[in-house]
Amino acid sequence: MKIKCPYCGVRDQGEFSYEGDATIKRPQTDDADAWREYVYSRNNPRGPHKELWSHIAGCRAWIVVERNTLTHEVYNSYLPGENKDD
Amino acid sequence: MRYSGFNLIKNALSGHKNWQPAWRDPEPKSDYDVLIIGGGGHGLATAYYLARNHGITNVAVLEKGYLGGGNVGRNTTIVRSNYMLKANAHFYEHSLKLWEGLSQDLNYNVMFSQRGVLNLAHTPGQMDAYARRANAMRLNGIDAELLDREQTRQFIPMLDYSENARFPIAGGLLQPRGGTARHDAVAWGFARGADLRGVDMIQNCEVTGFLRDGNTIQGVETTRGTIRAKKIGLAVAGNTTTLTEKLGMRLPIESHVLQAFVTEGLKPFIDTVVTFGAGHFYISQSDKGGLVLGGDLDYYNSYAQRGNLPTVEHVLECGMAMLPSLSRIRILRHWGGVMDMSMDGSPIITKTSIKGLYLNCGWCYGGFKATPASGWVFAHTIANDQPHEYNAAFTLDRFEKGYLIDERGAGPVPKAH
Repeated sequence: MKIKCPYCGVRDQGEFSYEGDATIKRPQTDDADAWREYVYSRNNPRGPHKELWSHIAGCRAWIVVERNTLTHEVYNSYLPGENKDD
Repeated sequence: MRYSGFNLIKNALSGHKNWQPAWRDPEPKSDYDVLIIGGGGHGLATAYYLARNHGITNVAVLEKGYLGGGNVGRNTTIVRSNYMLKANAHFYEHSLKLWEGLSQDLNYNVMFSQRGVLNLAHTPGQMDAYARRANAMRLNGIDAELLDREQTRQFIPMLDYSENARFPIAGGLLQPRGGTARHDAVAWGFARGADLRGVDMIQNCEVTGFLRDGNTIQGVETTRGTIRAKKIGLAVAGNTTTLTEKLGMRLPIESHVLQAFVTEGLKPFIDTVVTFGAGHFYISQSDKGGLVLGGDLDYYNSYAQRGNLPTVEHVLECGMAMLPSLSRIRILRHWGGVMDMSMDGSPIITKTSIKGLYLNCGWCYGGFKATPASGWVFAHTIANDQPHEYNAAFTLDRFEKGYLIDERGAGPVPKAH
């Protein structure tokens, strides 16, 4: 698998560290259900997935990667905050 | 037909032409008392114990592929109960006790071999942690022995005990009653046992949707038609969330790929199961002679039933550090299975908020050894609509209530368990 870092270009997956689902949002409330969902519940899709990776053996930037969990195809990658829909 | 020496001779004399298939291949009926989704080890064991322990035989097991084609046929066959936390310890020890009588009970040789499971330690801190775990195990009535470096060398002499070892071996934690079993035979044995008691095995039957009346489950839509049932148990670890998604449930689970490897066949070389303590690596030898080994997850969400090369390299590096003689052995095959990685590393076997729907999932790396007990307690939960004492802690609401069963203390990071 190869991942494109916005700063360093296309690099081998081994340079990156995986963090997980990029779509979960920290709740702006003290509601227990919202916090359970945030800490523990995941959509875990079988197909396209937005996820956070860190270019740990490179520029160390956090990036959002859109990747297919079934085929491992990487569609897109960008810096967090760049996509207004996230 | 009961398998016995007598029947073997009888069939040999008739040229082995009269053996019957081990299970039928029936058409699905329109209605069952209980449906089990997933014809892997846990689903088949559940169907078997529903019939054997609870007399519930109007049961079908629905399998989207073929019986035993998923993780039960893809694991590294290790059986152990060396857990520290109470809920896990009692559950896995119940499983190990069932393993000890399983071949007799099923009248099917699952080739369970109690050759011991040894976890290596490489630092004084690890030895302390193993002493603590061994004490916890013994207090729970489970066998455990702490070996020092010399005892470890006597037990398994072919590891790297030299001055050059990157991670010198300090000792290890041995569970003598642990071992391995023939994974396919476990699936086949449970399938045959359930079939003999009247359970229908429906293969090539993928569940595509659920029938509900309000908050009560009524059946499933499948690629082989609609099938109704009063109770439905899900045992589809790896793909649990793709089914629960159809019910609007989100679970504390991520799917990750775990790879396994087998080498070319060798003469008897390793007569136990040994795990590396300075990285994630485990190895044993199959009865055919191949070394069976594995290591870490691939570390990112994946449903691909295949691995990726960086992990292959990492696993084999760990192997070489522990057992340098691996260097000249060729890998014959490697493959991947999809794990339900739960948020605390422990399974979920429970009723749900939907009446008549039961969940068996979140097995992480540990599903194979749990197969008999998982079936045992899941059958109990389905039959009685309440958990068995050994799965009472494996609930879904433990996450919101703070009763996590986090053996590794790794927190809500599925890949870390």
